Amino acid sequence: MKKKSTVVSSLGLLLFLLMPISAFAQEAGSGIDQVVNKVFGTVLGPFVSFIFYSVTINGVSFPLIVGWLVICAVVLTFYMGFIQFTGVKHSIDLLRGVYSNPEDSGEVSHFQALATALSGTVGLGNIAGVAVAVSLGGPGATFWMIVAGLCGMAAKFTECTLGVKYREEFPDGHVSGGPMYYLSKGLAEQGKPRLGRVLAVLFAIMCIFGSFGGGNMFQGNQAHQMIANTFGIFTETGWLFGLILAVIVGSVIIGGIQSIAKVTEKIVPLMAGLYVGTALIILLANFSNIPTAIVVILKGAFSPEAIGGGVVGVLIQGLKRAAFSNEAGVGSAAIAHSAVRTSEPLTEGYVALLEPFIDTVVICTMTALVIVITGAYANAEGLGGVALTASAFQSVFPWFGVVLAIAVLLFAFSTMISWSYYGLKCWTYLFGESKGSELSFKLIFCVFVVIGCSASLGPVIDFSDAAIFAMSIANVLGLYLMMGSVKADLKDYQSRIASGEIKRYK
Amino acid sequence: MTDTILVGIDGSQDSRRAVEYGIAQAKLNNAQLVLAYVIEWSPYSFNTPEENEQRHKRREEEIQTAHKRVLNPLLESCASEELKITGTVRHGQVADALIQIGREHGAGLIVVGRIGQKGVTSLIFGSVVSKLIQLTHIPVTVVP
Repeated sequence: MKKKSTVVSSLGLLLFLLMPISAFAQEAGSGIDQVVNKVFGTVLGPFVSFIFYSVTINGVSFPLIVGWLVICAVVLTFYMGFIQFTGVKHSIDLLRGVYSNPEDSGEVSHFQALATALSGTVGLGNIAGVAVAVSLGGPGATFWMIVAGLCGMAAKFTECTLGVKYREEFPDGHVSGGPMYYLSKGLAEQGKPRLGRVLAVLFAIMCIFGSFGGGNMFQGNQAHQMIANTFGIFTETGWLFGLILAVIVGSVIIGGIQSIAKVTEKIVPLMAGLYVGTALIILLANFSNIPTAIVVILKGAFSPEAIGGGVVGVLIQGLKRAAFSNEAGVGSAAIAHSAVRTSEPLTEGYVALLEPFIDTVVICTMTALVIVITGAYANAEGLGGVALTASAFQSVFPWFGVVLAIAVLLFAFSTMISWSYYGLKCWTYLFGESKGSELSFKLIFCVFVVIGCSASLGPVIDFSDAAIFAMSIANVLGLYLMMGSVKADLKDYQSRIASGEIKRYK
Repeated sequence: MTDTILVGIDGSQDSRRAVEYGIAQAKLNNAQLVLAYVIEWSPYSFNTPEENEQRHKRREEEIQTAHKRVLNPLLESCASEELKITGTVRHGQVADALIQIGREHGAGLIVVGRIGQKGVTSLIFGSVVSKLIQLTHIPVTVVP
């Protein structure tokens, strides 16, 4: 009874807070946009341009932060001995529960941890990101996206292993983990406690901003546009759409009404399956064109015609979108994977490396092949992002626009839920694990849902992208400093698998 | 000889009768009795991050509740019997978990009640008992 009344009162409080904001947003119209844009533009503009500081290569601007992520992924690929190719069989065995002790059944399984982390990354990046890469860099960008995705697997492996190794277990049995914990604890072990603490705090602050921006406002904004364009509803009333979405998000993260989240968590994989399934049908129907499409992609990757910047330009577009889509090296997934209960942190690294594979290599390649095979990229005339993907699918299945709109809405919602958790973990890392501090974060999060949906805030979205990438500054530095210890653990683990010390149960 | 008999229980009247049958068989064969309660759970579900974080705590609570509500009352009511009776709680798919526990204890017989499923539920998901019969390598007795 008591719990119920807390739920009701916190929802009431939420509505009370949201009403004036949405009313204000409605009345002020574009006025509020301009004010917020101005504030963000002047105060945070320098930060954004610092994070996205670009050099111009062959006439194409290349943000250094993308290079920072890609170089890390390549270094880790070599350093870990191409774990993404040699370790895949072991990953799948772990997912199947071959190494799970039946007496521990009922704890979070490897499959569940992977599915949860995936629901945070699969989404607009896969649907819109590929289209952006192809429309700007030509079909060849797909090739470089796949290469970057494959390298990203090694980065995911390293960060998720560290996430489990240094997570915090609380007396009541719940766990918190992620870069803020492994940066502070892991670097303290190496005798650098001060550096570790600074990097951890830096990461946590950026992650909180990222959770408000890329993990929240950007998602709401895109979902609103998609719904408004497809169904012609909420076109002028973004604030109402935002308010409804905020109440649903709030009822899950504040009210603890897990059933809504549960329903979404079940529909999202279904939607992803439907998306991949439809892509497969289109590819099978055009089976004879696949070799040609692959030739087009490979040709485009190495000798592109009529694309600004030549090979380098194509390469940059591909790398950029891969980094956006799978978040390898950013550190977000390490937070989700830390919840698994295992005595072997390496096992979680093995499972996590499948994430960029599913996200970037499988789903993005499907999208790219459909765009190339249907020829949608050739007559893209100003279409970019989701619209290009939609037109490619619709050229075969006219009804697909509706499915895509619903999928985008659900992907956005599940990404919001995931990022609210990432942000919350960083918030409690900074401000302590108390009910009050948790509630205040969750309320602020819901407010940002409304803001994200009701206004077109270019600079805010720029800032949110910048914040997500800024997370990687601290995280990648930590990965370099701690990759030695991960490698030592990996050797030890592999020898215990070989000797049979780690038992198979199936 | 069957020296361990496994009884699958779920707190219903049907499983109560299964326990009584198990006791009778155990006495006849001079065997020990293991009562197993399975909490329905799948490693392949989709969860929110919050659920994953709380999972360990929930699991402990679920196991405690199962002991308190189902297993302990049954064990107490059987305390007067001159038999070695132990209990265990396990998460998993009921049929798979029972077979697993049976194998671990080297059971020679699995006894279950009808596990009260009827109509639509068993049409869609198949009944636990029939799945058990199809999968098991250990003899199964179903008590009506």
